[in-house]
Amino acid sequence: MTVTPAADAPERPAQPLEQPRLDLAVIAEMVAHGARVLDVGCGDGALLQLLAQKKGVDGRGVELSQRGVNECVAKGLSVIQGDADTDLSDYPDDGFDYVILSQTLQATRRPRAALANMLRIGRRAIISFPNFGYWRVRAQLAFSGRMPVTGRLDYHWHDTPNIHLCTIRDFVEIVDELGAHIERGVAFDRAGAPIRFSAPWWVWNLFGEQAVFLLERGGRRP
Amino acid sequence: MSVLSEARPACSEGFAPKTVVFPPDRPLLTDGGGRIAPLAIAYETRGTLNAACSNAILLCHALTGDQYAAGVNPVTGKPGWWEAMVGPGKPFDTDRYFLICSNVVGGCMGTTGPASINPTTGKPYGVDFPVVTIRDMVRAQAMLIDHLGVETLFCVAGGSMGGMQVLQWAASYPERVFSAMPIATAAKHSAQNIAFHEVGRQAVMADPDWRSGRYQEQGVRPEKGLAVARMSAHITYLSEAALQRKFGRKLQDRSAPTFSFDADFQVENYLRYQGLAFVERFDANSYLFVTRACDYFDLAADYGGSLAMAFKDTKTRFCVVSFTSDWLYPTSDSRAIVHALNAGGASVSFVEIESDKGHDAFLLHEPMFIATTRGFLDSAANARGLAPDGTSK
Repeated sequence: MTVTPAADAPERPAQPLEQPRLDLAVIAEMVAHGARVLDVGCGDGALLQLLAQKKGVDGRGVELSQRGVNECVAKGLSVIQGDADTDLSDYPDDGFDYVILSQTLQATRRPRAALANMLRIGRRAIISFPNFGYWRVRAQLAFSGRMPVTGRLDYHWHDTPNIHLCTIRDFVEIVDELGAHIERGVAFDRAGAPIRFSAPWWVWNLFGEQAVFLLERGGRRP
Repeated sequence: MSVLSEARPACSEGFAPKTVVFPPDRPLLTDGGGRIAPLAIAYETRGTLNAACSNAILLCHALTGDQYAAGVNPVTGKPGWWEAMVGPGKPFDTDRYFLICSNVVGGCMGTTGPASINPTTGKPYGVDFPVVTIRDMVRAQAMLIDHLGVETLFCVAGGSMGGMQVLQWAASYPERVFSAMPIATAAKHSAQNIAFHEVGRQAVMADPDWRSGRYQEQGVRPEKGLAVARMSAHITYLSEAALQRKFGRKLQDRSAPTFSFDADFQVENYLRYQGLAFVERFDANSYLFVTRACDYFDLAADYGGSLAMAFKDTKTRFCVVSFTSDWLYPTSDSRAIVHALNAGGASVSFVEIESDKGHDAFLLHEPMFIATTRGFLDSAANARGLAPDGTSK
C-alpha cells in the first residue's frame, strides 16, 4: 500500500510508478481526460502523477502524513496536509469533477460522512477498498478464530489503521442509502483478474479481494 | 519613465544594492490617506533577469528584516536573513532566478520611513510619517517592480510580515504573481499578535529619550525602550522547547545566584544581548510603524469579510508553509489561508513542517522546509517554462 491512511501507520515502501498499483490503474481508467480531480489520502502522489501523465487532469491532493505531503510537493503536485474526516467540509460544492478515495475509506473515522462529502464536492466519486467479505478473510476468521491478516489487509489487529472495514455488499448498501448510484464497479481476485461484471453480487463479495467503484451523485437510474 | 535618479540595474552583477527615488509627482498614496513623496526604495538584486523577464522572484522581508536577504549585510556584517534559502544551488537559486528584495516603506534601511526628512518641514518625519499598511508596502514594491521592467513575478515569497505581503500581492495583483509562498504567516493579526506589538510600542514610548517621537532632532535615541521591545518580541519568535533546550535554568558565568537583578540566568543575558544588538541597527520610530502595519492587516476585511473572495478565480500557484512549534503564527492561521484558497479552487499546496524552533524556524536551516521550497519552485518553473539555467524555454 502506498497510501498512509494514519499518521502513525507503519511506513511502507512505495511502488515504482512504472507499474501502478492495480486499483490505481483502474481508477485512472475511469477518469475523463482533463477533469478536475481531488485525491483524498493521496499518499506519495502516485495516482495524481499517473492521472496527470495519462489523463492530463488538473489534480489536487489531501494527505495526512507530513512525509507524504512533502514527497508530493517536491514532485510538483498540489497537495495539502489534511484529514479526510475533518477537512473535506471546507471544500465547496461541485469544486471537482471527481473525488477519489483509494484504500482509505476503511481508515476514516466517519466513512459515511466522508462519502457524503465526496459526492457533494464532486459529481462523481471513485472509491477503492479491500473487501472484508473476501473468502480468505472469512476463512481465516472462521477456521483459525483470529483476526485476518491478508495481502490487502496486512496488519495485526492492534496496529491496524483500518478501523471501519466493510464488505462489497455493505458498501453497495451505503451507496444506496446516500442516494448515489453505481456507474461502474470492478472487483479483483487475488491474481488481479477482474471478476465479470455480470456475476451476481455474492460472487463479487466472495471472490473479490478488493473493489473499485465509480459513483455518481443523486438520482438512481430509472 | 519619469522616474528617477538612476539607470536600470545591471542584471549581470551578482550583487547590486540600489536605491530608486520616485519624484514628488509619483507619490505613494497610503490607505490611511497619507502621501509619501518623494519615495526612496532601497533594494538589492541577485542573479540575472532573463530575456523574457520571466524569472524574477520578489522576497519580502519580515518585521525587522531588510533588503539584504543573502550575502553579508553591510550594516551588521552578518549573513543575510535568508542565507539558508538564497544563493547558488539553494532553493531560491541565484543561478536560475533573478531575486529582488527591497526594504519596506516605513523601514529604516534606506527606504523612506519615519527617520527620513519630511520635505514640508525639512526635519525628520518622526511620528508625523503616515501610518502605513501591508498594502502600502506592497504598492511601493509594485512601483519598484514596474521600475525594474518586470511585468509578472515568477514568485513572491516571504515569512511572517513578509508572508502578509505575499498574500497581499496575490490578492492585489493576481495577474502579476505566477506563484506565491506565504510562510509562517496569517491573513490577519490576532488579538494576541496585536497585544505583543502594543507591549513593544509602549516600551519604546515609555523611554524618556523617545521625546514624543522627536528624538532625532534632539540628538538622543530611545535605546532602552527599543531594547525591551525587542526582548519581549524575541521571546515570541522562539518556542518554549527551544528556550528550554538552549538555556534551561543555566546560570551565566557564575556558579550560584547573586541574589540581585543581574543577568544571573543565561536566558536573561541572551535576551539583553538581543536587545542591545537590535538597537544598533534599527530605528525606534520605524519599529512603531512596521508593527502597526501588521496590526492593521486583515486581508478578508478588504473583501467583504471573506478571505476566499480575496483569491477568487486566482491562477496563482500557492505553497503555504507553517511550523509545528510556531505559536505566534500557528498552523491554524495557515490552514485558514488554505481553506480560503481551496474554496476558490486555487492551486494550493500546504505543508506543516515539524520543528521545535518556533516562529524563527523559517529563517533557519530546516531540511524539510528547504526540500519543500525546492520542489514547489521547480514544478512552478517547469510550468513557467524556465530552464535550469534560468533562461526561458
